[in-house]
Amino acid sequence: MSSLTTNSEPSRWARMMSSNMAYSFRRNPVAMVSMAVFLLIAVAAVFSPLIAPFNPYDPANIDIMNSELPPAWVAGSDPQFALGTDDQGRDLWSTILYGTRLSLIIGLCAVAVQAFLGISIGLISGYVGGRVDSVLMRLADIQLSFSTLMVAIIFLAVTQAMFGSEVFNQYAVFMLIAVIGIAEWPQYARTVRATVLAEKKKEYVDSARVLGFGPLRIMVRHILPNSLSPIFVISTVQVANAIISEASLSFLGLGMPPSQPSLGSLISSGFDYIFSGSWWITAIPGVVLVVLVLVINLLGDWMRDVLNPKLYKG
Amino acid sequence: MLAYLVKRVFQAIAVMFAISLVSFAIQDNLGDPLRELVGQSVSEEVRQELRDELGLNDSFVVQYLRFAGNALQGDLGTSYFFKEPALDVILKKLPATLELVLGATVIIIGLSVPLGVYTAIKPNTILSRLIMGVSIVGISVPVFLTAILMIFLFSVELRMFPSYGRGDVVHLFGYWSTNFLTWDGWLHILLPSVALASIMLPLFVRLIRAEMMETLQSEYVKYARAKGIRPRRIYFVHALKNTLLPVITVGGVQIGTMVAYTILTETVFQWPGMGFMFLEAVNRVDTPLIVAYLIVVGFIFVVTNTIVDLIYGLVNPTVNLARMGA
Repeated sequence: MSSLTTNSEPSRWARMMSSNMAYSFRRNPVAMVSMAVFLLIAVAAVFSPLIAPFNPYDPANIDIMNSELPPAWVAGSDPQFALGTDDQGRDLWSTILYGTRLSLIIGLCAVAVQAFLGISIGLISGYVGGRVDSVLMRLADIQLSFSTLMVAIIFLAVTQAMFGSEVFNQYAVFMLIAVIGIAEWPQYARTVRATVLAEKKKEYVDSARVLGFGPLRIMVRHILPNSLSPIFVISTVQVANAIISEASLSFLGLGMPPSQPSLGSLISSGFDYIFSGSWWITAIPGVVLVVLVLVINLLGDWMRDVLNPKLYKG
Repeated sequence: MLAYLVKRVFQAIAVMFAISLVSFAIQDNLGDPLRELVGQSVSEEVRQELRDELGLNDSFVVQYLRFAGNALQGDLGTSYFFKEPALDVILKKLPATLELVLGATVIIIGLSVPLGVYTAIKPNTILSRLIMGVSIVGISVPVFLTAILMIFLFSVELRMFPSYGRGDVVHLFGYWSTNFLTWDGWLHILLPSVALASIMLPLFVRLIRAEMMETLQSEYVKYARAKGIRPRRIYFVHALKNTLLPVITVGGVQIGTMVAYTILTETVFQWPGMGFMFLEAVNRVDTPLIVAYLIVVGFIFVVTNTIVDLIYGLVNPTVNLARMGA
């Protein structure tokens, strides 16, 4: 057994660690710090039920008498609540943890939807070509010319007015994922299509075709792996954008309800109290949101510099 | 050129048609016009009669054609809340929103070109690094958060600027109301414009920088250098011209995005524009107003995109219009 392992190829992990990307990562303090902060936030968000001292979704845990208590370093605070409480008397620290989890889930799932739709359409459009290609790309043009946020605002506003806010609030998570996911597919589709057009002419694709592989297999197993670097770069930026979109929609009252707040709806509920001096309900979730989006953007910048794909422009 | 123009206009009409279909579907399914008209105390028979009279029992196609015909004549229904034609309500709010967009656009163009060009020419100076660093932070701050921060800083703490509304406006030509003719109006529009600009500015600085750096590598710039043309002339006359081409296309798309961001900015600053009105209309389920907003905003999007495409075709000598028209 041991003789087998010593003779085998280096493990996946070892290969990854000696790659160009890992090298540049170790040489780039900004990327390392961003990664560390992102992992910290992600871990805290995933384990929020274990870390949070209170459950903000449980009305039994909330006492309205505790509302608008300032954070621990400000006079008049309660040591129970390290970051103070919000307008309903919820512990802000716990609510932020749960809210970050929601924001991350919505951001990641929305990008997964975008990627799935966009990559499929991009592959088909580039590989099949002809009329299919021109119709799909014209659709992408039209979709891109309408800003995502505008489409999302109108769609969510109309559904909310149609079904009433109770039903809407129940399905808010899915609606946000769906609307942010569907509205942004052209970003992926155009980039994937551009790489497919370049890859399609290469010999390995011809040889795969000569070997008798079907178009689906060639697209997914042969062409797709070679267009991964632009997909990675887009994905980081898209996650950051999706989180901002979600926060903006929730801020407008078209996203997560105050009973189950994401970072955006928390900021929104705090905004009503900013003039009465309770700045922390807005400011602390705001800082978390900005830091989260910033580190993702910084990672995306670093990744673009390393992979340097020719992103499809215009 | 003509073929391209016709094709582009035709596409714009097709998109408007799709928007009108969506709007009509919304009008058809959202709220009950009968309840808005007569309340709840009317018997079922009278209701049915009224339905027939109003044509609510006609087929979808007939109703759509009536809707489209009215819309083409500028009749988008009457707002339930304002009791006025919906289009009039929106057109009254339009100047506020457009002036906000104008203010933000002036700030964006005024700052992004010099900053983008500077960071491209001298990428390694401390100032350039600072600009790029600030720009990535700027991209990461949502526009509503910038707006809240500015209100907190300049209105609540420093009391330098008012935090809501348009202030004193001057009415021009009996219709347009402007902020730019009174000192109070200037004070009111400054914070919202800066907030609205803050989200786009970093994008444009980075775009201009990237395009400029690419242009500076090109052969013709090297040739111009070799010829001994002054650097300033190379940067601002030779290179900048070609840098601005992609900026025009992106800019056109961003104008539409900016209309979406006005909803956020207007909400924070309670700016009496279209976006603020739209959210209020949604809360009141004021269907005609929602539909009218949809059509007006869709129209703005389609028109700006078409114009930008046409300008791009005219400005860029390498765009083969005949090929694009084919």
